[in-house]
Amino acid sequence: MSNEGRKELIVSAIENGTVIDHIPTHAVLQVMRILNLEQSPHQVLFGVNLESKKYGRKGIIKVRDKFFDSIEINKIALVAPTATLIEIRDFEVVSKKNVEIPDTVEGFVKCFNPRCITNHEEVPTRFMVVDKENLKLLCHYCEKITKKENIVFL
Amino acid sequence: MKNRSLVSITDFTKEEYLRILELAQHFERNPIQKILEGYVVATLFFEPSTRTRLSFESAVNRLGGKVIGFSDASVSSTSKGESLADTIRTVSNYSDLIVMRHPIEGSARWASEVASVPIINAGDGANQHPTQCLLDLYTILQTQGTLDNLHVAFVGDLKYGRTVHSNVIALTHFNTTFHLVSPEELKLPSSVKMHIKEKQLEYYQYTDIQEVINKVDILYMTRIQRERFSDPMEYERVKNSYILTNSMLAGAKNNLRILHPLPRVNEIAYDVDANPKAYYFQQALNGVYVRQALIASILGLV
Ligand SMILES: [Zn+2]
Repeated sequence: MSNEGRKELIVSAIENGTVIDHIPTHAVLQVMRILNLEQSPHQVLFGVNLESKKYGRKGIIKVRDKFFDSIEINKIALVAPTATLIEIRDFEVVSKKNVEIPDTVEGFVKCFNPRCITNHEEVPTRFMVVDKENLKLLCHYCEKITKKENIVFL
Repeated sequence: MKNRSLVSITDFTKEEYLRILELAQHFERNPIQKILEGYVVATLFFEPSTRTRLSFESAVNRLGGKVIGFSDASVSSTSKGESLADTIRTVSNYSDLIVMRHPIEGSARWASEVASVPIINAGDGANQHPTQCLLDLYTILQTQGTLDNLHVAFVGDLKYGRTVHSNVIALTHFNTTFHLVSPEELKLPSSVKMHIKEKQLEYYQYTDIQEVINKVDILYMTRIQRERFSDPMEYERVKNSYILTNSMLAGAKNNLRILHPLPRVNEIAYDVDANPKAYYFQQALNGVYVRQALIASILGLV
């Protein structure tokens, strides 16, 4: 563990839970929303505009007593591809991994096609990720592609 | 295929399509078979399309089934603000199969997820119209005696034409060589070309229809609409170069047949109609046999 990481963990250390580190600083609130953290019963600490050796500025989110499953956490790869997931138990780091773009994206991205049923009725959106490198999402309903630059979160 | 919905051309396998085409031949020979007695098929047309609706209803009637439904959203409860999901759930209670056409893309997929009976998509906006594709395949088979190794030209609006997209995707199963004729602005989208490339088939792109006429087995004509052009001047410039006239067919192969999903506007001159190579009216008739085959298979009656 680097000094940088240790210092932050000390500042607001959690005994058990998850730290999502290296979030692009503009994406922290989006990550909070995607993971529905405001509605969760867990204590959530977050920071933006923190210094990072690697990225200049970064954001961080700490969720007490919560361990995410991989499907849940991979959702944030769409907005925070650089994020790292650190699991803490008894103040010790027990695992550290990078997020991965998932194969399917359900319920939190808007279809770019204004003529799509998901933009006309209450239909949860659903996409197949057909290109992970350039982030292209194929809508399960209208069969049109939503590209990275057109992604809007619901 | 029993109890399965047909929403998109990619929902069924090549073998399943061939099975439908084989059954359609059987219905062409014996169109009147009362195997649907006691069954109710709903035709829900949220936007009007008389041609497609009559073709489906004719298919059901010839099989001895009953049809319920509407031909225009203004007479349905949708005009009172009912959601599509609610309409579909309700109609599921009254019918064994729902045929639907809707202006919104993806509506048929959504309906197939909320309905308790199978759905046949009869067109969802610019997205899919798989029974048109099936009847086109049937017509190609009927006129050429095979679906394999043919040279097929698609002419006109290849960018927005959903019929062209489905047909290209379906034909990639049959080692087709594609000849794609369109104005620069209306070329086949790369998402559809991707299917051709995946199967390592050949395709050629042209802007001049005359270049393909003498070398293909099927000439599939489509309409070019003014509103598809970002520059109206460009439309004026190209519109007459995608009109097929009888004199252009002088050097065509004997087995060439001209298809068109209809209705046509001016892209096929009337003097072509008398040419034995013109096949678009027979093509429309095939729609009934193919729909009989599809309905009978989905209801598990054949
Ligand atoms: Zn969509």
